[in-house]
Amino acid sequence: MSQNPVLDTPAQSAPNAHEPTLRQRLNRSEFAKTRRSLLLIAPLLVFVVVCFLFPIGSILSQSINNPELPEALPQTSKALQAWSGDALPDEHLYALLAKELIAARDQGQIASAAKRLSYEDASYRRLILAVPRQAPADGVDVKNILIAKQPLWGDITTWRTLQRAAKPLTSLYLLSAFDRKVDAKTGAIVSQPADQALYVNVLLRTLWMATVVTLLCVGIGYPLAYWLAKQPSGRANLLMILVLLPFWTSLIVRTASWIVLLQSGGLINRALMGIGLIDHPLTLVFNRLGVYISMTHILLPFIVLPLYAVMKGISPSYMRAAISLGAHPFLAFWRVYVPQTFAGITAGALLVFMMAIGYYVTPALLGGPDDQMVSYFVAFFTNSTMNWGMAAALGSQLLIIVMLLYIVYVRVTRTPAEAAAR
Amino acid sequence: MVKKLAVLIFATIALQAQAETLTVISFGGTNKDAQDKAFYKPFTAAGLGTIDAGEYNGEMARIRAMVETKQVGWDVVELETPELLRGCEEGLFETLDWNKLGKKSDFIPGSVSECGAGIFVWSTVLTYDADKLKTAPTSWADFWDVKKFPGKRALRKSAKYTLEIALMADGVKREDVYKVLATPAGVDRAFKKLDELKPNIQWWESGAQPLQWLVSGDVVMASAYNGRVGTAQAEGHNFKIVWDGGLYDLDNWAIVKGSQHKALAEKFIAFANQPENQKVYAENIPYGPTNIKAGSLLEPARLKQLPTAPDNLAKSVQVDANFWLEHGEELEQRFNSWAAK
Repeated sequence: MSQNPVLDTPAQSAPNAHEPTLRQRLNRSEFAKTRRSLLLIAPLLVFVVVCFLFPIGSILSQSINNPELPEALPQTSKALQAWSGDALPDEHLYALLAKELIAARDQGQIASAAKRLSYEDASYRRLILAVPRQAPADGVDVKNILIAKQPLWGDITTWRTLQRAAKPLTSLYLLSAFDRKVDAKTGAIVSQPADQALYVNVLLRTLWMATVVTLLCVGIGYPLAYWLAKQPSGRANLLMILVLLPFWTSLIVRTASWIVLLQSGGLINRALMGIGLIDHPLTLVFNRLGVYISMTHILLPFIVLPLYAVMKGISPSYMRAAISLGAHPFLAFWRVYVPQTFAGITAGALLVFMMAIGYYVTPALLGGPDDQMVSYFVAFFTNSTMNWGMAAALGSQLLIIVMLLYIVYVRVTRTPAEAAAR
Repeated sequence: MVKKLAVLIFATIALQAQAETLTVISFGGTNKDAQDKAFYKPFTAAGLGTIDAGEYNGEMARIRAMVETKQVGWDVVELETPELLRGCEEGLFETLDWNKLGKKSDFIPGSVSECGAGIFVWSTVLTYDADKLKTAPTSWADFWDVKKFPGKRALRKSAKYTLEIALMADGVKREDVYKVLATPAGVDRAFKKLDELKPNIQWWESGAQPLQWLVSGDVVMASAYNGRVGTAQAEGHNFKIVWDGGLYDLDNWAIVKGSQHKALAEKFIAFANQPENQKVYAENIPYGPTNIKAGSLLEPARLKQLPTAPDNLAKSVQVDANFWLEHGEELEQRFNSWAAK
């Protein structure tokens, strides 16, 4: 600071000590500028918070939220948290549970509590729903009567499960999303039995399918964009429309037309049989192949566009220079041209990959049950079984992966820039 | 200008107030076309109110979201029985006042319930294209016989119906299906039977798919809703139905809790319950009417094509809605993880 004679000379600040120094004034005007720009982006900020962060946050919170039991059975839930868990609860807790279950039935809240408990074990649903019928009307000796009618009430595991399910937050959904669960007897986290485990498999499959589609898109999109970039601009525009036309068509329409093309009696099979290449129709659809074909087609424009934009900006003189210096044309292309398109490849591939892992419609319509990706199960839990906790947990899983990918992307793309700055 | 606009707005509001509009949501396709002819148009023609008809695939999420946020845009919805019972338990539907809807004794068992009024009886049946298959399959056991009938088969992608079909294919008697399925060993048996056919199954989700696949030759036989088969037959396809081991259930009307047109919705359900209207419906799509009196209004030839025809009913199994209400979630989860492997 003191090295700067213009800003901080005593001669300047001495005459009127109350006047702010130039630096202070500079700071103040800088601050005003920042404030003005903050005000300008405020609407955007509010929009992002209200329409994006808030809904996403509230959905994500569903994956650990556990309101069913505390809402339907408020006092029992409280009492359960105080229960030690070493021995069966006393008569008081049994009576409280029965009383509150009867009240919950009368208010129509018992179904949601029973549903929540059935996630822990399917037999608990019946157990809970039967209590209001089986509990003695006078509320005396509830414990023995309930145990006599349903032996499960005499099992301490039932009560431990109830205690866990009555907490305001739960790890149930997130654990299930990774095929894990809390063992009812020991309280340890264990793997789901093999015939129930599903989501780790689905997640790996989703990542694998997205990778394949991305590689196919890069493989097809790169030569296409290269060829487009080489065309005279009039023809390039025309060809670009051909790339964009399917892009503007509705996703459902494109997916449905792939069914028409690929099915056994479809255009492609009939053509192949017509020219005598095959005897029996190939199964091109309702399997993995059909999903790959259509997803690659649908996502292709997302890689062609950024690649084309980058390639348009590369001066042909670099390649000419390399060749005139004696490089083989292929070597010149590989060593001089391709590195300049890396930014386009990364941007396009990442875009395709991120869109691919969230795909729902195409695999649902063109794939079999073993080609479904994570979003299919999000939709399944949201729409069919209304297990929104599970849907939110799977959604969180996807979101975390996308965010990790984004971090990787930033790392990868920043390094050369930093190197250049140095 | 402003005045004109104000007049226009008031006129629109007044017009809307005059003819109250009821939003009725059903399972689209040919089913909705038949409902349009039998219920919606006559309802409007009778001056009772206009109908805004929509469609959905039976997903309850939208209804639950509407009820929870108190933004109820749907008034009357069509539901399969397990969903009706579950939604009724969870308080998603209004309790029906049967005094306003018709005499309970006029309806077949199961179509009168706390929250729902049966619309029609449908059946999931085995169907095939008789032009393409030389020998006719006669049972679900034949459905499993890939040597005699090579090619893919279509089944609905859900545990519901699929597990029952697998058990019947494995030789379980119609009347014992749910008894066996209620035991863990029975469930294992059903999945084991499904394992045998798994590579040859093409799964469908919407009712139109299995018939499209039969037409395109993608599958040699399929499970399908009998009404859709009937529509395809009417279009000239030589599809045959095997009634043996068909699974029948009801579709129901229910009023979404908090509907703003509850009185009109009740009027609509009462109207749709009348035998004359149910008769028109059954003439347009071969589903069985729930009003017993509608049967006598129908031509005998038509009656034979319905799941409610005595001959057909005797060979079929009624879907146990309570079983699916109780075990649905668990079995669907297991089915999903089985199918995804």
